[in-house]
Amino acid sequence: MALIRAFETRVSELYRDGEIPGFVHTSLGQEAVAAGVCGALREDDYMATTHRGHGHVLAKGADVDGMMAELFGRATGLCGGKGGSMHVADPARGILGANAIVGAGMPLITGAGLSSKLLGQGRVAVAFFGEGAVNQGTFHEALNLCAIWDLPVIFACENNGYAEFSANADMTRVASVAGRTAAYGVHAETVDGNDVAAVHEATDRAVERCRSGEGPVVLELMTYRWHGHYEGDAQPYKPEAEAQEWRDRDPLILAERALVESGAATADELAAVRAAAEARIDAATEAARQAPDPAPEEAFAHVFAG
Amino acid sequence: MSSQAEIVPTRYMEAINLGLADALEEDDRVILLGIDVGAGGGIFTVTRGLHERFGSERVIDTPISEMGYVGAGVGAAMTGLRPIVEIMFMDFISVCLDPIMNQATKLGYMTNGALSVPIVFRMQTGAGRSAGAQHSQSLEAMLAHIPGLKVVMPATVTDARDLLLEAVRDPGPVAYIENRRLYAMKGDLETDPLPLGKARVARPGDDVTVVTWGQTLRDCLKAAETSSASLEVIDLRSLVPLDIETVYRSAERTGRVLVVHEAVQDFGAGAEIAARVGEEVFDLLLAPVRRVATPAVPMPFNPALERSLLPSPEAIAAAAEGLVAEGR
Repeated sequence: MALIRAFETRVSELYRDGEIPGFVHTSLGQEAVAAGVCGALREDDYMATTHRGHGHVLAKGADVDGMMAELFGRATGLCGGKGGSMHVADPARGILGANAIVGAGMPLITGAGLSSKLLGQGRVAVAFFGEGAVNQGTFHEALNLCAIWDLPVIFACENNGYAEFSANADMTRVASVAGRTAAYGVHAETVDGNDVAAVHEATDRAVERCRSGEGPVVLELMTYRWHGHYEGDAQPYKPEAEAQEWRDRDPLILAERALVESGAATADELAAVRAAAEARIDAATEAARQAPDPAPEEAFAHVFAG
Repeated sequence: MSSQAEIVPTRYMEAINLGLADALEEDDRVILLGIDVGAGGGIFTVTRGLHERFGSERVIDTPISEMGYVGAGVGAAMTGLRPIVEIMFMDFISVCLDPIMNQATKLGYMTNGALSVPIVFRMQTGAGRSAGAQHSQSLEAMLAHIPGLKVVMPATVTDARDLLLEAVRDPGPVAYIENRRLYAMKGDLETDPLPLGKARVARPGDDVTVVTWGQTLRDCLKAAETSSASLEVIDLRSLVPLDIETVYRSAERTGRVLVVHEAVQDFGAGAEIAARVGEEVFDLLLAPVRRVATPAVPMPFNPALERSLLPSPEAIAAAAEGLVAEGR
């Protein structure tokens, strides 16, 4: 979580300063979802995520240098600089990619679940998506397919309350994603998405159901997006009191407090974790700055496979 | 390549079925996904017998849920399977274009080759039977316009089987487009086929190079039989890859090029071929490149109206003869 916080904070600054091109969507405030879900997965489990996917990709084990270099568009990036923030992927770690089409990851992860089942891979497949994507047909079509085929798929809904600029309550009569899931005969849980232990435990339960062949699970993880839809969005649509209320429930501080109270770590140890994360991001940033752009001919490579 | 030569003559739709069976037989990772492709045998009976032979884990019925199951096919292709996904009518790509246009054809590139998506999007088109404006469109130019997607359109019985097998073996996404007006057509299944990406000179000739693909190959060959001009008919077989060299070589001899397709003319694949011929072999042309294609209107239901719009052997022959007459 500390690494994601440091990464996203730095990316926000680098984007503001014009060092990172394109569009950037940060997941500050949502770190417990990424860490809690991915922490319950095996390295070879499949994961697909969204345009707001940096945290999920890091939590699933992607190389930090490769991530930062990809956001810079460098040849040393995870995708050779041809994917960028919205398309980072690392298939060797089961990371099938961030995706710039809202809701598109759910059918893809359904297919990964189908491969896992038909080829006997024993892997769980997880799709991250926001509550806004629940209004896309892909959610309903993919969930229904996973249900009729009993696929080992976890639908991890990061419910941060806002689909881009629009409050969830304005876009559906049924604000509960778990409630909408009931129509498909699929097990669902709603969890405090800012409580990393609760997210982890719920994911453990979901993984167990998937691995035992009981079919898909929907996890609705209640959290909040600190920054705008994109970096630079001033968020005039959010009530200040609401934003403050969620900032007071900073998932990283909640996790640190719990660790200290249980005696699992001291405040000094946790400060060292944060400092190490900062140093890691410093190094990744400097490496990305120094890295070369892709060679011109790379623009024409991999248009077709093989 | 499998040898089914003893079964000749074979219908086009039977050849597709043989190709599907061969693909399922030769690679356990191949699955067939689609609406009613299973025990029902497909809406045009093209997949008949496959479910019985390969079982419900290889030949999988889906809900009427194209965005879901076509996208799932793409995800399965990324993770070890080699799906053949059937889209019942080509018109229905409207409700599942994202997995084709933004996912299958982009993920290999965006991941710098770390992911590959070996999937076949199987679909059929074919106007001429009053199917109406939502069941009659030939949209191959739309698909060919998406970088990274191969687009094949078999016009013969042999290609119906062999291009399908080539498409399944391809490491990337391929749109395989059947024409249902050809389903009942009989022909000889030949061995030693051409690879995907090579055009075929279906009939040699001297005066006009006629470039076509899919169903209109038949119309062009009929035109060649009756025309006073000598037509060299080229079956492109695939739009992507486009074997334009075969067109250039023919045009160098004939000096005249006519492009014929069932899809509407405006912004169609014929425009791309005409542009390339103009760019590369303009000096050898004796006349402008001409096109015979369907006018840019939604296909009407009325049989007479529909017939009046589609390319015919008579119109093709007349256009070819016109090219000879206007030549310099």
